[in-house]
Amino acid sequence: MTTQRPTLVELAQQLEAGDVSSRELTVGALARIQAGGDGLNAFINVCPDSALAAADAADACRARGNAGPLTGVPFAHKDIFCTQGVTTTCGSRMLENFVPPYDATVVARLHNAGLVTVGKTNMDEFAMGSSNETSYFGAVRNPWDTERTPGGSSGGSAAAVAAGLVPAATGTDTGGSIRQPAALTGITGLKPTYGRVSRFGMIAFASSLDQAGVLALSAADAALVLQAMAGFDPHDSTSADAAVPDYTAGLNDDLKGKRIGVPSEFFDAGLDSGCEQAIRAALSELEQLGASIVEVSLPHLGLSVPTYYIVAPAEASSNLSRFDGVRFGHRADGAETLEELYKKTRQEGFGAEVKRRIMTGTYVLSAGYYDAYYLKAQQTRQLIADDFRKAFETVDLIAGPTTPTPAFRLGEKTDDPVQMYLNDIYTIGVNLAGLPGISVPCGFAAGLPVGLQLIGPHFGESVVLNFAHQYQQATDWHRQVPGAGQ
Amino acid sequence: MSLSRQDVEHIAHLARLQVSDDELDEYVAKLSRILELVAQLGAVDTAGVTPMAHPLEMGQRLRPDEATETDRRELYQENAPDVVHGLYRVPKVIE
Repeated sequence: MTTQRPTLVELAQQLEAGDVSSRELTVGALARIQAGGDGLNAFINVCPDSALAAADAADACRARGNAGPLTGVPFAHKDIFCTQGVTTTCGSRMLENFVPPYDATVVARLHNAGLVTVGKTNMDEFAMGSSNETSYFGAVRNPWDTERTPGGSSGGSAAAVAAGLVPAATGTDTGGSIRQPAALTGITGLKPTYGRVSRFGMIAFASSLDQAGVLALSAADAALVLQAMAGFDPHDSTSADAAVPDYTAGLNDDLKGKRIGVPSEFFDAGLDSGCEQAIRAALSELEQLGASIVEVSLPHLGLSVPTYYIVAPAEASSNLSRFDGVRFGHRADGAETLEELYKKTRQEGFGAEVKRRIMTGTYVLSAGYYDAYYLKAQQTRQLIADDFRKAFETVDLIAGPTTPTPAFRLGEKTDDPVQMYLNDIYTIGVNLAGLPGISVPCGFAAGLPVGLQLIGPHFGESVVLNFAHQYQQATDWHRQVPGAGQ
Repeated sequence: MSLSRQDVEHIAHLARLQVSDDELDEYVAKLSRILELVAQLGAVDTAGVTPMAHPLEMGQRLRPDEATETDRRELYQENAPDVVHGLYRVPKVIE
């Protein structure tokens, strides 16, 4: 595999200088994807006709002098975002033939900013998974080692960006689904504050946790895309009505005098020693850039996985009750009663992991169990969020690993759902507390990328982007390309 | 926390999921495993802790009760598996 991987900022400069047209970039991206994307299975659907039309429109817009920083750059959307007239499957047989009659707000905003959508990326079914293996359309492969997972649930977006098929793509992060695949594929993944980016048209998994974000090659690239995505949306009842700052303005702020909290709980027995070495080295690098490291404690962090696996399935069981074979999506043949229609449709339309989560959620919400499970989990969620709140009284940023291990082998954790769930042990707390977090490449363990997780306070996207950008100015881990020497 | 086959059949019914007999044992094993994981929370003292329903401290936004959307029934029904005269068709519910 030979990978040319210009960043979004570099492509924007080439477009601005007239060195290349959007049509040329788009034709190139489509060719790489249609050539099989190096066997990664990163895309569920490619849309050449609408992409070329959008590219020509972007070139015309630039010729008129109306181009913005993203105009004409090829881009991909996770297949969880509704795209008007373009099939949106959410990685599920249930929505195999679903053609949304409207665009998600994120899709519309990025289209208006001039990005050219070349296709929809593969994902775990309904975003439920950490390895992309629950997709009805088959697992995605990691461009660093095609026998390994790219992570999930935004595994298609991560693999596509890491392999240089597109410079950036959207993802969603409910328990780590942007940061974990970014870590496992050696790219940059930003999960904004809950409510920062609209959820409208983003197929719902767990509504109090779901947040859209971006997978890209650098923090500077992520800042540009976030700028176009973020902001209040009246169509999303939990959209934050807060001003959107200029995310590129603070990228070059000095880290001198800033305080980084490092939770001891992030360095427990489960952390791979190669990952730990890379993370400790990254923390030293940040110290050399002028930040000071202080120990903080998140004593309830260990409760985040069990808390999440009550809250998220409970919300999922409610959200996914809409898939009933009546108004849209798959319908089973031959049902003689309405109840049989529901049951057969859902048996055929959902995969095993989705059904497990629906049943877990149904159980914890059922009569007699609500207080013991759901109410209890809402209380432990509060304890976890309080830990972060207290820590941010004394530090600007919290840092640690994104994942306990580098990319694992496909098939390695599919037999035991709990082993798979524990892979998200360092990312889930951030979702429960609604905080922004980013994963940036910080080295290798056994030849596989390691991700450094940087967590900010609510609406602190500028803070995490500033730290990430400064780190990337001083290091070149984010410039390492898969395939060299393979 | 261990579930029985009857428990899983009941949960599947509540969730309107058909589960075949040969799938049942696997669901019993895996759902029991998941419930063991989440049962850890039972040991945590949460007396007096306010349940957290939402990660940001914000109330539910209200808007004036005015029609803002146009009627796009036909467009939306294009995705329906079975529509007759603008109505969704399902198996007979009332004998």
